[in-house]
Amino acid sequence: MAYYIIRRLLLAVPTVLGVCLFTFLLFNVFASPDAIARKQLGKNPTEAQVKTWIVAHGMDKPMFLNLSRGRDHRLHPFDSRFWNHMRELVLFQFPESDYLHEKVGDLLKEKIGPSLTITIPAFLLSILITLPLALFIAYFRGTYLDKTALFICVILMSIVILDYIIVGQYLLGVVFKYFPIYGYEYGLGAWKFVFLPVILAVASGLGGGLRFYRTVMLNEVRADYVRTAMAKGVSEEAILFKHVLKNAMIPILTMTVLSIPFLITGSLLLEIYFGIPGMGNMMLNAINSADYPVIRTLVYVYSLLYIAGSILTDISYTLVDPRVAFE
Amino acid sequence: MAESHLNIAVRRIKKDRLAIAGLCVICLFALIALLDVVPVATHEGGITRWNRTALDALFQKKVEKSYSAPLARVGVLNRQEFQLKGRHLLGTNNLGEDVLYNALKGVRTAFIIGIVPSVLAACFAIFLGLMAGFYGGWIDDVIQYVYQVLSSIPSILLLIAMLMVMERGLWQLCVALGVTAWVGLARLIRGETLKVKNMEYIEAARALGASDARLLFRHVLPNVMHLVIIEMTLDFSGYVMSEAVLTYIGLGAEPGTGSWGRMIMTADRELPNGIWWNLTGASVFLFLLVLAFNLFADALRDALDPRLRKG
Repeated sequence: MAYYIIRRLLLAVPTVLGVCLFTFLLFNVFASPDAIARKQLGKNPTEAQVKTWIVAHGMDKPMFLNLSRGRDHRLHPFDSRFWNHMRELVLFQFPESDYLHEKVGDLLKEKIGPSLTITIPAFLLSILITLPLALFIAYFRGTYLDKTALFICVILMSIVILDYIIVGQYLLGVVFKYFPIYGYEYGLGAWKFVFLPVILAVASGLGGGLRFYRTVMLNEVRADYVRTAMAKGVSEEAILFKHVLKNAMIPILTMTVLSIPFLITGSLLLEIYFGIPGMGNMMLNAINSADYPVIRTLVYVYSLLYIAGSILTDISYTLVDPRVAFE
Repeated sequence: MAESHLNIAVRRIKKDRLAIAGLCVICLFALIALLDVVPVATHEGGITRWNRTALDALFQKKVEKSYSAPLARVGVLNRQEFQLKGRHLLGTNNLGEDVLYNALKGVRTAFIIGIVPSVLAACFAIFLGLMAGFYGGWIDDVIQYVYQVLSSIPSILLLIAMLMVMERGLWQLCVALGVTAWVGLARLIRGETLKVKNMEYIEAARALGASDARLLFRHVLPNVMHLVIIEMTLDFSGYVMSEAVLTYIGLGAEPGTGSWGRMIMTADRELPNGIWWNLTGASVFLFLLVLAFNLFADALRDALDPRLRKG
């Protein structure tokens, strides 16, 4: 087990480095420092302004190897854009935001709390609602109930998330006035502000999730062990809830990880609409102010989370299904 | 004589009434998009211009001063009523533009967003997926590494990062979406190629002296093409929806491009004032097209490759 985990972690190292390299290529090679400086500085910057910006951000340095002597008349071969970029990301020495003039690391620490207060409850609640519903639909497979439910799922999936948020916010917040529709409060008071976004997050993911889990269940229902259990005279409920659910855990776990990026998008829009000061809002501000250091760091941090998530899934596979470990 | 695969697929789809309904809606929308492509001559003071499309010509609605309700005779601006120049089936927006016209303008954009990234992604994916699956070895390792890296960056962030270094525009949006999307398809094609390349007919073709290129494009590609077609129809809806989302966060096409996202994004300020037609117009169009594509794509997938059913 320990061997498996270590090997899996080591396998992730090249991927992490690849993500670093990709962001470097994107922000240094694909887009010239000059273009980035101009985007950041806004309307019609002077040549001098652009130049100072480029120097201040170390973007005038050579790309890979610095062969000129520094101020102390010594060689600093690794004082180049590439190595500085890699050092920043790999050692978590994140750069400073261009717009807020704060270290991105500190910003992240400040913003991650409010984001998690939405994503985690939304995530748990959606699993709690979707899984039993999917089992219920799978139980009535082939009937009109099943077909109608599937059609409703497709309809739910065809509504863009913006509509869920705008209409939901309007109906639940403005018309009924049960919950505040904008703002945030740190600590326990947060639940009032978090309630609506969580409900909307669950609602917007319901159609797709339900359909996916139903398919997963149905794939298992066709398996041989189900036929055997039926032949033994095990009741259909027991087959579904004990045998099928247990065997469906692998696709369910996969879906869990696959939905992590969706949680980010979902929470991005929800945070903007409901004024929650989390990572999504931070991302929006960074986009609007062309704050490249923040975007670069967010790409890296989210990729790390994603890679960590997929490692966790792989490890949990071995817990759910002992056969996986012996691969 | 045995029935061809295509015939079987067509017969299966014909039986699915929902899919046929979806296909009809898609055709209707495609017609609107085509009307918005065909240029029409306008004569003005002896000069002939070709800067209007057939859709513009069919839709000669006057621009009003500000909001007006569907089919109203008068609009309201700063609590003062003003006479409208014409009737508007879906009312007008804050700039006085006809909402129905804007919504129809969004159709062409939706088709571009829905198709171009798929085509780009398919080109990438076919080439790299075939290479990886067919040659194996270090080529496979390199290609797999590239898509391993790209797929570990959450797609929304990948999109944001790429759109931030590019200029704003519809085509840039398509390129960014295409780069984000090729990974999944390449993985599928690689897997299928691995299966296909060991089959006897490939062996036979090789024994007859067929070159690698001929083997790949004449014998392997046709057998993985159904994956491409399925993926392209399945992805259409997702792209159309992500256009709306990306427009909302300020990374959409340049202003002036017809866009449902742009129409929807002002709605959170309009709804509390009772202005519902702008949101409804755009949403209904978007919903119908996406629903039609979802229904059709599901049927197509089941018809072409029942094993791919995944939810």
